[in-house]
Amino acid sequence: MIENRPWLTFASHATLLTGIALVALPVWMALVASTHPASAFGVGHIPLWFGDAGAETWGTVLFEKAGNGVDTPVWFMMLNSLIMALGITFGKIAISLLSAYAIVFFRFPFRNLCFWIIFMTLMLPVEVRIVPTYEVVANLDLLNSYTGLTLPLIASATATFLFRQCFLSIPGELVEAARMDGAGPWRFFFDILLPLSRTNIAALFVILFIYGWNQYLWPLLITTDDAYYTLVMSIKRMLSVTDGDIAWNQIMATTLLAMLPPVAVVIGMQKLFVKGLVDSEK
Amino acid sequence: MTVTFPQKGLPWLLLLPQLLVTAIFFLWPAEQALEQAFYQEDAFGLSREFIGLENFADLFTDPLYYQSMLTTLVFSFSVAIVGMSLALLLAVMADRVVRGKLAYQTLLIWPYAVAPALAGVLWWILFDPSMGPIALWLKTAGVNWNHYLDGNQAMILVVIASTWKQISYNFLFFLAGLQAVPRSLIEAAAIDGASPFKRFWTIVFPLLSPTTFFLLVVNLVYAFFETFGVIDATTKGGPGQSTTTLVYKVFDDGFVGLDLGGSAAQSVVLMAIVGLMTVIQFRFIERKVQYS
Repeated sequence: MIENRPWLTFASHATLLTGIALVALPVWMALVASTHPASAFGVGHIPLWFGDAGAETWGTVLFEKAGNGVDTPVWFMMLNSLIMALGITFGKIAISLLSAYAIVFFRFPFRNLCFWIIFMTLMLPVEVRIVPTYEVVANLDLLNSYTGLTLPLIASATATFLFRQCFLSIPGELVEAARMDGAGPWRFFFDILLPLSRTNIAALFVILFIYGWNQYLWPLLITTDDAYYTLVMSIKRMLSVTDGDIAWNQIMATTLLAMLPPVAVVIGMQKLFVKGLVDSEK
Repeated sequence: MTVTFPQKGLPWLLLLPQLLVTAIFFLWPAEQALEQAFYQEDAFGLSREFIGLENFADLFTDPLYYQSMLTTLVFSFSVAIVGMSLALLLAVMADRVVRGKLAYQTLLIWPYAVAPALAGVLWWILFDPSMGPIALWLKTAGVNWNHYLDGNQAMILVVIASTWKQISYNFLFFLAGLQAVPRSLIEAAAIDGASPFKRFWTIVFPLLSPTTFFLLVVNLVYAFFETFGVIDATTKGGPGQSTTTLVYKVFDDGFVGLDLGGSAAQSVVLMAIVGLMTVIQFRFIERKVQYS
């Protein structure tokens, strides 16, 4: 604090509280909407305070079916989302750790070329090459499968760069000492490198989990079978019923359930999340 | 790093998974897009014919494509500028307060974790013309809100939903930038009698310019490529073409319109744009490292 200006301090708190209220507004409204029966939404307005149908709606979408044309219950789609998110997260971390290890601790021909090939994936987000990627996955017979949901998304230039930076900061003496003690490359990797990169892996895990859980376009394209629906993309299927029949209370409850896990991760692991966010942009 | 392991085959084995995934799911489709862009294919993929640059010629003489470009620019810059201004305001306030900084941060950063499609749905219902509280409130204030019919209102809606999600990201980076401003500079200015506002505009804001530029690029990339969910879950590019961004058009022409050649040509153009943006981002980051 440079100087004491009570009114400015007051204004700061007021602005922050207004900001927080505005940011929370849509979620508050969704929560309220999910506690009213579907009939409350017809013509007129969304009720502004909680109703008494909350338990029933939440119970129905969680355990029976999400409704609005989606017959799978939310817990089942949550499981699919979890499988996809964890598959993508572990996949990305594993292959990026290995490739960063190869690039930093070994000398071989075309090392730079490999680095640039990995770098190029940054320039090719799924969204811009959507049709041909779909065709490739269809040709490989991976539509409607967990492999199809995860494998095409696990190449990661960002994670490889991050681990490369992290490995480059490891003193050469450590490698020399390990080699003198007779440790081979695998031993070095598991006993020294992995423990040293623990925080980086954890921070990246948080960011990648959110990325994986929130995938939308990809699962939308390659799953047509209910058994592989993920929670976030199911919202689109729920919204595509004809307008008059939409049960908004169920949609709101499903939306809130779909955002709950990643939001909980951000709030619960705030420090790691901030670190991951800052690191992955370097 | 000078110390390395002597093995020659092992590094290839280590790189194999990453290179395989990259080759199969990134390079192969990209090559296919390049190839398809030069062919005309019927909707069932039964026959195709080499037509050279005709897909590109069609694209660049299509007024709808230019309209989509304009839409993308309006959308992206709105998201970037609105989001960054609000986040900067909040970050300056959060940097000022002594008490509750962490609590404020926690309560402002969680929207980052919300999927774009869900963000879209949440705001969609608030603005629904027949039942949304904000739409009804706007109506009593004399604004006839109907994003199903009014293209500009639909655009405002997708901008709000996309900005809402990105504020947390901008806030965190601005806050970090503000905390890196040397206190001694601000103290010296305060002793010389500069007011908090003057100090902000003459010292803090110029010192933040690397952060601001970095966030501008990140926000534009975000608005270009990661807001597909917001648009698809809400306006679906409409009404008319008023919220059809370039990325949405690739999807729409390819999967809904089944114009594979046209969609592939658009993919190629977009890849060029991403490439350019990546280069800008990396050149800038290199410079930031040198100066720090």
